[in-house]
Amino acid sequence: MNYLLDAFAWIADPAHQAGPNGIWARLGEHLGYSVVGVLLACLVAVPAGLWVGHTGRGRGLAVGLASAARALPTLGLVTLLGLLLGIGLVGPMIAFVALALPSILAGTYAGVEAADRVAVDGARAAGMTEWQVLTRVELPLGMPLLIGGIRSAFLQVVATATLAAYVGAGGLGRFLFLGLRTQDYPQMLAASLLVVGLALVADIAFGLLQRFATPAGLRTTR
Amino acid sequence: MSVFSRRTLTAVAAVAGLGVLAACGTSDPMGTSPATTDPGAATGDTTLVVGSQAYYSNEIIAEIYAQALEGAGYTVEREYQIGQREVYLPELEAGDLDVMPEYGGNLLQYYNSDAEVTDTASIVEALGQELPDGLRVLTPAEASDQDSYTVTRAFADEHNLTAIGDLAGINGLTIAANSEFATRPYGPDGVQQAYGVTIALTPVEDSGGPLTLRALLDGTTQVADLYTADPAIADNDLVVLDDPESLILPQNVLPLVSERVDAEAEAVLDDVNAQLSASDLQELNAQSVNEQRRSADIASEWLAAKGLA
Amino acid sequence: MRWIGDNLDVIGGHLVSHLLLAVPPIVASFLLALPVGWLAGRVRWLRAPLLSAAGLLYAIPSLPLFVVLPLVIGTGVRDATNIIVALTLYGLALMVPATADALRSVDPRVVDAADALGYGGVRRFLTVELPVAGPTLLAGLRVVAVSTISLVTVGAVLGVPSLGMLFTDGFQRNIMPSILAGIVLTIALALVVDALLVALGRLVLPWTRPAAAAVVAPTQAEVAP
Repeated sequence: MNYLLDAFAWIADPAHQAGPNGIWARLGEHLGYSVVGVLLACLVAVPAGLWVGHTGRGRGLAVGLASAARALPTLGLVTLLGLLLGIGLVGPMIAFVALALPSILAGTYAGVEAADRVAVDGARAAGMTEWQVLTRVELPLGMPLLIGGIRSAFLQVVATATLAAYVGAGGLGRFLFLGLRTQDYPQMLAASLLVVGLALVADIAFGLLQRFATPAGLRTTR
Repeated sequence: MSVFSRRTLTAVAAVAGLGVLAACGTSDPMGTSPATTDPGAATGDTTLVVGSQAYYSNEIIAEIYAQALEGAGYTVEREYQIGQREVYLPELEAGDLDVMPEYGGNLLQYYNSDAEVTDTASIVEALGQELPDGLRVLTPAEASDQDSYTVTRAFADEHNLTAIGDLAGINGLTIAANSEFATRPYGPDGVQQAYGVTIALTPVEDSGGPLTLRALLDGTTQVADLYTADPAIADNDLVVLDDPESLILPQNVLPLVSERVDAEAEAVLDDVNAQLSASDLQELNAQSVNEQRRSADIASEWLAAKGLA
Repeated sequence: MRWIGDNLDVIGGHLVSHLLLAVPPIVASFLLALPVGWLAGRVRWLRAPLLSAAGLLYAIPSLPLFVVLPLVIGTGVRDATNIIVALTLYGLALMVPATADALRSVDPRVVDAADALGYGGVRRFLTVELPVAGPTLLAGLRVVAVSTISLVTVGAVLGVPSLGMLFTDGFQRNIMPSILAGIVLTIALALVVDALLVALGRLVLPWTRPAAAAVVAPTQAEVAP
């Protein structure tokens, strides 16, 4: 446990905090990579998930793809893209997007499907177009599950974004690799603690967002 | 009245059985728990465990050692592709490994990062004091695999470069290397002091692998820290800059061995190292990378060619 | 692609090691998640901290965990035990919320009925709650199986044999077919194990037919990473 105390001391040391190689700068980079990766994944997965959830078509395909994407080993993807693309952020970013896709896709179609069928049928009976049914009934009702999917995806990408440092980019992975290579375990552990801390803050933020996004009428049942 | 049918229970039992089976199976077929041979039984047919780093070139050398020892009548167990030093050195210290191909400079750095020696003889001497009890290094080979300041032929011609010092005065230089390069005596601070060269580090964590090479060839960096036995240097007509101040630690290949390696086994390994030249190692590596051959085939061919088979 | 033909034995060996490393953590996280998930469902004030802790386990970067865990549990870095314990932790991160969800979704009236029949706590749990929660538990287990099989590859960086070694070695030697074979086989292995779990589910939970399963609302387990 001495290592753990040393790791906290490492983080608390002001000399490690400021500057372009400091904790704050690396934390910012790390958060930036994660946000961009998850946003890019949302651009693909949310529309696809809405379509699958609303029409019920391609569900088997979506489940299969999500399962295969979940099985896709990040280490394999990063080494493959490394050979193809060389150093830089493009390779790891593709890996982050691939990592985030399944959770967001599953969260979106599960959310839409979970919308009470009575409410959906009622909306149709009231003369809503399919678009209105999707955007005014299914999407709001499914929002907590959708955000839950993004939450899971984000946590996973935050944990994996350390790999960006492997190919010359920044982020908290820089501390991790330097610590690993020089047997500076306090530094390596400090990097891990910062990653977990970032995930904790993000998790709490998403939790609040999820509660906030739950339609008022549903809150009591949760 | 139970909701579970007998079929259900059979299936549950089957799953549990599978788990137990797998748990038992893990200890041996994966070979992650090395042979526990009684050290007392070192006479007669001794079993030696030969390990290698997770580095193809190191695996070839390990395989050469392994086959040479087998040729001398030893039983050899192979434990290849064991991560880096933080993984395998504790296993050597614990007696789970007996022979490991090592590189003098980096091995010394691991045990004493402040060691101020720059030639192979004093590295071997310093290792004698720094190594934990029970471990020793044998005679180093001529072959070495060390860090370098390497540039493309075009860049060398453009700036008239032959030695590291010639880089002085060129602005905006960057070198692709592992992150720990920054902390090494031959890193950016070291070349500033010894040669007046100002260079920034672009950290790439593949130990002079394809990403580091690519960064150099792409022009992302002007200099790369490639290891000198890397066949990519010849394949791409790269220029390794001279180091007249001997700033860079020599990394001659030497076996790190346990007490279970007796005088006879030591003689076998010495014979191999006596013939392992720098150009040999480059050639062996080229066969692995360019021809994608297996370490076992590469090793047996080399041993036959040297009359050591 | 000639490389693949020349190295079938190496690839096969890695495949077997990979499976042997993956199965124990999958089984262990299923079994260990049952009591923890039950607690999270029963003891109200424990629910939030247990579920948050499970979620955060997943955020621990795997490489440092593999290096530091041996210091805590006293194994070598390359011991199968180390990898299995680490992967079980990640499995628990997924399985505990899924189990809590599954057990909570059991209709309280069913539980009451069992009580009325005079079932004791353990008997009721094993013969009523567990089977009723079965389909949801299975959904969670499938996610755990697939992601565990994918995560095993990281151990290759430390020298633990698995399909991941095709990545590390193929990368260094610039052998694309090696990396591709590793990726394809990892995914294939995951899908095969997933299919086996589905088949096992039909055997153990014969009352959930595929048609019925489609009606069951998707759960958090499907949404989890």
